[in-house]
Amino acid sequence: MRNTKGVQKIAFFFLFLATLLIVVPVGLIVVIIIQKGLPAINWQFLSDIPRQGMRAGGIFPAIIGTFYLVLGAIIFALPIGLLAAIYLSEYAKDNVLNRIIKLAIVNLSGVPSVVYGLFGLALFVVFLKFGASILSGSLTLGIMILPIIITTSREALESVPQSFREVSLSLGASKWQTIRHIVLPNAIPGILTGTILGLGRAAGETAPILFTVAAFYLPQLPKSIFDQAMALPYHLYVISTQVPNVDEKIRYGTALVLLSLVLFMNLVAIIIRYNFRKKKKW
Amino acid sequence: MVKFTARNLNIWFGQIHALKNVNIEVEANEILSVIGPSNSGKTSFLRMLNRLNDLNPGFKMNGELEFDKEEIRKIDVEILRKRVGMVFALPLPLPLSILENVAYGVRMHGEKDRNRISEIVERSLKQAYLWDEVKDRLNVSAFKLSGGQQQRLCIARTLAVEPEVILFDEPCSGLDPISTAKVEEAMLKLKKDYTIVLVTNNVKQAARVGDRTAFFLSGELVELDRTEKIFTAPSDTRTDGYIRGKFG
Repeated sequence: MRNTKGVQKIAFFFLFLATLLIVVPVGLIVVIIIQKGLPAINWQFLSDIPRQGMRAGGIFPAIIGTFYLVLGAIIFALPIGLLAAIYLSEYAKDNVLNRIIKLAIVNLSGVPSVVYGLFGLALFVVFLKFGASILSGSLTLGIMILPIIITTSREALESVPQSFREVSLSLGASKWQTIRHIVLPNAIPGILTGTILGLGRAAGETAPILFTVAAFYLPQLPKSIFDQAMALPYHLYVISTQVPNVDEKIRYGTALVLLSLVLFMNLVAIIIRYNFRKKKKW
Repeated sequence: MVKFTARNLNIWFGQIHALKNVNIEVEANEILSVIGPSNSGKTSFLRMLNRLNDLNPGFKMNGELEFDKEEIRKIDVEILRKRVGMVFALPLPLPLSILENVAYGVRMHGEKDRNRISEIVERSLKQAYLWDEVKDRLNVSAFKLSGGQQQRLCIARTLAVEPEVILFDEPCSGLDPISTAKVEEAMLKLKKDYTIVLVTNNVKQAARVGDRTAFFLSGELVELDRTEKIFTAPSDTRTDGYIRGKFG
């Protein structure tokens, strides 16, 4: 008994230490990237095309390319993911088919991203003849983030209290009315969280866009969804490994822009979510 | 007139035999109190009457259950639930404003006219004795109301869709005595126009408001009789034991 307090202190210390260790890498990543990348950031860097074999100029086409790709992936994945999540949480009975569907979703989230890239190449680029294009890249990224959106949306829908559904049904509302007017509005914050996670993943991945859309060097903006485009993560890879003598600050500047872009998108979604939470009435 | 008739009604939730050979009739414009200890099947019986048990996975039934002489499974479930309203054990406002809570059912049944909706809301809130307390803040969240007010809001919400029967599932279990008295007062007034089935854990409440009282034990209907008879001269010793507080 006399040692209880001491043991507790030691346990507390290690728990705290482990938690602190999580903060360290996050903090270091942000500090190093800002420190090394910030000198590169200026208006020209953000708005100009790459020049002198990507050793000077800006990264504007890559920013726009990533923006289009993320937007396309969300336009594709959010409606499909949400509808699937509604089906799985509200309608699906516990039978063999639905268990296979759930298993497929779990496995889909475990597929390495480079495999998605190859799959996108085979299906969209070659078989459907979309070519290396924003369309192919968006669809590939969309499939990659589909499981994230389905899983988080399902959790959000299932976290809406069962009693709300019973009340709505007991008043004679149909199942669809209940979903539409009671379940869905209260699940939106959770669905947005899933979308945030999906956005971040789609913006940052290199492998799925490698074969499906990313251009090594394309100093102009895409004109349609059937054009190739540059994208930030792939551009970062290229200037870090494929092009000699690129100034360090350009590399870190690109990383900073990518990081900021993801954080900015998250921020927008967090603000939307916050506004919904404020209106939440229970 | 008979509203509900159950003949040899049996229900199961998975392996659990929740109601055993229940034969019961619910008369129009009466308050039928249903008493019994927990797990006696009284709430399961109540949730049969608006088919809310259908939502439970593993639910099975056999036997007959008629509503207005029509087999309950043959009635469109949304129409049945419009005609048979329910007030739950806990006050369960929907995450909407006071007004929208009461208007919800009406809107879901296709009413769009704003004036008509506000008339219905006012009438329903008056019937539930809540109007005077909330008329100046109809657009406030329903969660801002006290527990007793929330429960009367739920009654108003049920009344708004103009049901014929109202099922009360232990409606006062979370309320203080004054709120309880208000809910009971509302029930007695509503009896004139509605048939009421009241499941309650509070034996005294059954005695106060019930015209007839049914005693359930382990899924069986032990005794059903005039409330005075049940509380003065029950014919079954188990009923006697329960209302005297010997078990339960």
